[in-house]
Amino acid sequence: MPRIVIDENRCKGCELCVINCPQQILAISREINARGYFPAKVVDPPRCIGCRICAIMCPDVAIQVAVNSAQYSFFEY
Amino acid sequence: MFTVFTRPEAMKDNHTHYCPGCTHGIIHRLVAEAIDELGLRERTVGIAPVGCSVLAYNYFNCDFQEAAHGRAPAFATGIKRVRPDLVVFTYQGDGDLASIGTNEILHSANRGEKFTTIFVNNAVYGMTGGQMAPTTMPNQVTTTTPTGRNVKEVGYPIRVSEMLATLRTPAYVARVAVHRPHYVVQAKKAILKAFRYQVANRCFSFVEVLSTCPTNWGKSPKEACDWLEQNMIPYYPLGEHKLPDRDEP
Amino acid sequence: MGKKILMKGCEAIGEAAIRAGCKHYFAYPITPQTEVAEYLARRMPEVGGVFLQAESEVAASNMLFGAAGAGVRVFTSSSSPGISLMSEAISYIAAAELPVVFINIVRSGPGLGGILPAQSDYFQATKGGGHGDYRLLVLAPSSVQEAVDLVMTAFTLADRYRNPIMIIGDGMIGQMMEPVEFHDELASEPPEKSGWATVGCKGRDPVIVKTLYLDPVACHKHNVKLKEKADRMVANEVRGERYNCEGDYRLLLVSYGTMARVCKTAIDELKEQGIEVGMYRPISLFPFPILPIRQEANRPHVQAVLSVELSMGQMVEDVERAVLGARPVHFYGMAGGLVPTPDDVTRAIRELL
Repeated sequence: MPRIVIDENRCKGCELCVINCPQQILAISREINARGYFPAKVVDPPRCIGCRICAIMCPDVAIQVAVNSAQYSFFEY
Repeated sequence: MFTVFTRPEAMKDNHTHYCPGCTHGIIHRLVAEAIDELGLRERTVGIAPVGCSVLAYNYFNCDFQEAAHGRAPAFATGIKRVRPDLVVFTYQGDGDLASIGTNEILHSANRGEKFTTIFVNNAVYGMTGGQMAPTTMPNQVTTTTPTGRNVKEVGYPIRVSEMLATLRTPAYVARVAVHRPHYVVQAKKAILKAFRYQVANRCFSFVEVLSTCPTNWGKSPKEACDWLEQNMIPYYPLGEHKLPDRDEP
Repeated sequence: MGKKILMKGCEAIGEAAIRAGCKHYFAYPITPQTEVAEYLARRMPEVGGVFLQAESEVAASNMLFGAAGAGVRVFTSSSSPGISLMSEAISYIAAAELPVVFINIVRSGPGLGGILPAQSDYFQATKGGGHGDYRLLVLAPSSVQEAVDLVMTAFTLADRYRNPIMIIGDGMIGQMMEPVEFHDELASEPPEKSGWATVGCKGRDPVIVKTLYLDPVACHKHNVKLKEKADRMVANEVRGERYNCEGDYRLLLVSYGTMARVCKTAIDELKEQGIEVGMYRPISLFPFPILPIRQEANRPHVQAVLSVELSMGQMVEDVERAVLGARPVHFYGMAGGLVPTPDDVTRAIRELL
């Protein structure tokens, strides 16, 4: 299963990951982070397909994506 | 687990000063990824402009020079002419490149200087707080066009890529955007291509990136992406506006 | 030491830079120094160097900035209106602490003015020109040979202080032909560039060449550092020449560049008539030779001091600063491209005695 790790203190809560996630598994947290933003969080991890779109759209390099093994690549990046 | 997406080595671990949703961060990362993928970090010199991205050197993990307003292409010319072995790129906004620095970018392109320019067009002056840029859209409200840009008084927005593409000297000129994932993927390809042309010592390479400025546009990051799509893309067509082989004899 | 050859000032300056190991020149044509560019357009390719005609003085000076930041010796030449355009970069280069040599073959101003010799850029060169607290080390030759020697010295000083250096010569220095000889060549690259030159970050942390200090404490510290550098120049780099200062002369002239040569003739003529006049010729305009001039002015036989310039009176303010009211300080000069003859100077001197 792919795994998304969001560095909550890098995140500025811009929602670009949330609105672009094709699986709609991200949301904005209700808890404020150390820099005063409401960061994004993964609300439904099992549905992640490892497409990397959240990370690609993140202006703050706050998202890391890892996968278990070689998996289908949806697009070349 | 295999990490399939992480911070590129050519980016430092610093938090950026950019506003939430500002796509400067995406463009920085694309440039850093291109530098890493081509293995150029240890011989790259970046040139920071004056404007929001003046502090780019705090985020890029390579040697950097900070230019005077608009003069980044002259810096890059100086470095590249005396040290052709270095990989040099300028990172400039629309006020820096399309207003105070038009002379420098035009003549660098025309001389065919072998460096790469990343031109971030967000249709507004960001750092000084939302004034009209040469690229501000018709009727767009800014702090110096409070009733909207009146094209009868201040002319139409400058299409820099098209302008540079008219030059006879071979060059790579492309316009891309970063407000949707598939555009980001295309943007990365163009930036990679631009650096490849430089490494091959082929031509001047120029990538204009349409970017959002949620703060000075007075929009949420999502609204800003939609506004860019609806207003800027029709006026600033994406694509490769000039390829070096098209013009070579 | 080579043999003496006859060369025009501008061409000799270009050759001197090459002999000093500077193989990179970026410039924009402007009278009366375009011959430097023309000479180097031919000469730089012969020595494997870089000659580039920029689109403006603004661009040329920023090309120098970038190239200097990449750790190579660079220089340019221009004339007054061009130096005004370069003043932006000069301020930045001083702030970024990079070694660059600027040659200003001064023409008469203000504005477009004229293309004939003048010294009306004294304030611009020594007091600023660009914005902010910075100082240029300014050297003023009075012959083509001295121009050659000072160009070679300038590169050494630029490296030593990592600061822009300006050679300021009037149009006469650039345009006249005189016999010159060149000294031994210097190293082709600045001696020490680790830690400040952007040459790729292999095996070290990235180097950043910058002038932005948003934190006021950091900005203050940076200015203090620049001031300490200027103080070091003041302590170590004062240069000047005394002429006819051995005897009991009655009047002290202060004059530099071509004007000082005219003054020497006037002094010689007056000597024949039994009138003793001494002269101090500043070679460094910044640092200004405050102490030597004060020392001469305070000699008991000196009645007054006269600053003679190709301007409406600029250096005279520094002369007053040097003399500190110990003797009356007078000014004589012409501007607009007129050069006083020895007779003109003699008359001005006689009026004071």
